[in-house]
Amino acid sequence: MAGKVVTISSGKGGVGKTTATANLGISLASLGKKVVVIDADIGLRNLDVIMGLENRIVYDLVDIVEGRSKLRQSMIKHKKFEDLFLIPAAQTRDKMAVSPDDMVKLADELREDFDYILIDSPAGIERGFRNALEPADEVLIVTNPEVSAVRDADRITGLIEAAEKGPGRLIINRLKPDLVKKGEMLSSDDVYDILGLTIIGIIPEDELVLSASNSGIPVTLNLNSKAGTAFNNVARRLTGEDVPFMNLNGHSSILQRLVSFLDGI
Amino acid sequence: MWLNMQEELIAIKGVNDGLLISLSTTEKWQSVTDQLAARIDEQADFYNGARITVELGARPVPKYELSSLKALLERRGLKLGLVISESDTTRNSAIALEVPTRENGRAESHTTAKQAGLQETAPVDSEETGTLGTLFRRTLRSGRTIHSEGHVVVFGDVNPGAKVIAAGDIVIWGKLRGYAHAGVKGDETAIVCALDMSPSQLRIAGHVATSPPGRRKGVLPEVAKVRDSQIIVEARE
Repeated sequence: MAGKVVTISSGKGGVGKTTATANLGISLASLGKKVVVIDADIGLRNLDVIMGLENRIVYDLVDIVEGRSKLRQSMIKHKKFEDLFLIPAAQTRDKMAVSPDDMVKLADELREDFDYILIDSPAGIERGFRNALEPADEVLIVTNPEVSAVRDADRITGLIEAAEKGPGRLIINRLKPDLVKKGEMLSSDDVYDILGLTIIGIIPEDELVLSASNSGIPVTLNLNSKAGTAFNNVARRLTGEDVPFMNLNGHSSILQRLVSFLDGI
Repeated sequence: MWLNMQEELIAIKGVNDGLLISLSTTEKWQSVTDQLAARIDEQADFYNGARITVELGARPVPKYELSSLKALLERRGLKLGLVISESDTTRNSAIALEVPTRENGRAESHTTAKQAGLQETAPVDSEETGTLGTLFRRTLRSGRTIHSEGHVVVFGDVNPGAKVIAAGDIVIWGKLRGYAHAGVKGDETAIVCALDMSPSQLRIAGHVATSPPGRRKGVLPEVAKVRDSQIIVEARE
């Protein structure tokens, strides 16, 4: 098996990288893929919290890299999915504890056993980002439809292109269709106009995401959530499936909710 | 006046109506002008107020380079009164800067044997040589900067947060949304043009402008230039 390493990145913090990583991991696993998600945000780990696996952590990424634990015993299996694993970040160390080469070595080892290796990149453009970028086969860039997040996404895209990992595909997170309609928020077209990147997903703002993250049950598992459906679509597009974009306007979304509700029964 | 080709890129001598400065036609322009500035500064009192004739041989000197030479002299209290050059490019630059220009100096009085030797090594100006520039063939993203001693051409967009800085002109075959500074060494005749002109900040020589707020409809290619000490932007006819 030759797994694909997908790094989820953004430049700016707080745009939803970790939420996107957790949800894509769940979505890919529910599509029957073997998936491992790696939290590369050493020192500020939180992917484990969002995935609801915090209390199962024994070893972390730094333990693996420094040889204190075997890869197998360090991966935490998800409660619901047999083939979904997490490698958590260390809390007590910083980004310098791991080098880009370490990440390449680790990713190459994981490629043997997994279909997808998702790496949650830390914010910023320094060492942590380099660690996450180096082993990547593909980069997904998460941004919000606001000027500052798009600016940072542009900066990070330049760095990704310079590292010849580009051009990357874009996830536009937390879009509010009513604000776009009123002209108060950038539309996905506006974002595309600046970045010129292929859009792999548009995730609408959804209150369910917050409660899902807090409870450790990612929103993709909630069939009533538009954001969850959108994340599922991103995962399917990542596997090469051609999935049309959701209609985010009022009427059809009620219909869509009804459909996904009926699917749930 | 002595001339050592190894070290001296310039020759200065007195003529009836001021000073004649002959500049090497082959050395890098930057080195030549640096040395000229140093030479003048050594004897600032002697040179002050003089009317200068510059002899440039066959070197094609673009407008922005001649403009920065003129500015260099003016900062030192010298007036550029005449440009002697065999290059059409250089003479056109002089005309654009409203400096009198001539193809040949009076050879018998102006050109020494050594200076004639200097000119033998100069390239023959048989074709339009154009001027130096940098081509960048992709979108310039936030955080990236291009510096050029000549002109800059970008085949792509210049995104917000990116910078283009040139001694000469700037041509953007795409959207200009970042920062652009043309004529950075003081050439007020430099221009900036773009297919979609909405820079975060636009500078030409010492002048600054920003884009008017709000979205524009029906975007046309536009050219920015300095007129009456102000940057104006107009559609390309």
